[in-house]
Amino acid sequence: MHVTIRLFARLRELAGTAELARQVPDGASAQDAWNALVAEFPAMKDYGGSISCAVNEDYSRLTTPLHDGDEVAFLPPVSGG
Amino acid sequence: MRPAWAPDTGRSTISGGYTEQMAVTPDRSVETSRDAGSVTFGVTAAPLDVQAVAGLVARDSDGAVATFVGLVRDHNAGRAVRWLDYEAFVPLALKAFEQIGGEAAEKWPDTRLAIHHRTGRVEIGEASVAIAAASPHRAHAFAACRYAIERVKQIAPIWKHEHFEGGEVWIEGATADPADDTARTAALERACT
Repeated sequence: MHVTIRLFARLRELAGTAELARQVPDGASAQDAWNALVAEFPAMKDYGGSISCAVNEDYSRLTTPLHDGDEVAFLPPVSGG
Repeated sequence: MRPAWAPDTGRSTISGGYTEQMAVTPDRSVETSRDAGSVTFGVTAAPLDVQAVAGLVARDSDGAVATFVGLVRDHNAGRAVRWLDYEAFVPLALKAFEQIGGEAAEKWPDTRLAIHHRTGRVEIGEASVAIAAASPHRAHAFAACRYAIERVKQIAPIWKHEHFEGGEVWIEGATADPADDTARTAALERACT
């Protein structure tokens, strides 16, 4: 199935883009999409324990199952204020 | 128009729309809240006006408005800071602000919050965030205002890219988890002590 991956801040810089279109297997979770992303961009590996994720613009657990057409965003630790 | 700093997501009409709409003015038409008239939130590339933000929440029944203005300072961790570039995931940031407003309303039912955050390049001495909490009583206004900035730092999907003398670095603080009760409790403790 097709998903859109959105990246912010340093993750965006590591990927060289803010948005990626990728295929993931049916039944894949946000974590699975992250794992595929790390395989593509190994420099992101260090973020595995500290990212948050949002599916379709709502904060979500990494265990959240994805559906065709979903947008999943991966967020490095935040620093607003 | 997409600011130069913003990631090219192919959604410039959306982010640009927010940028245009979120300008902080007392004009109620710019409110973004789902509970318009009681809580107002914004993310904007325009300079912040804390007086205007305070004006969004104060009512005749209020005896106090507490405001907080976060400023870009000229030093951090031993570095001479030149400016900060803020990046935000705007729709999620607005939802996070709404959540914070809801949490504050639950704890202090007579209190209303407005939260507005800058994006893009913010110069030394300029405001990066402006928060106003209005209440009939000062204790609740102070507490809700402090609570709001603590929660913004914990869960708002916003990042500062620090440009300092000799380099640049992304500042990374908390792993955002809006459902983390430990973080929420820590923010409440800071607000109430």
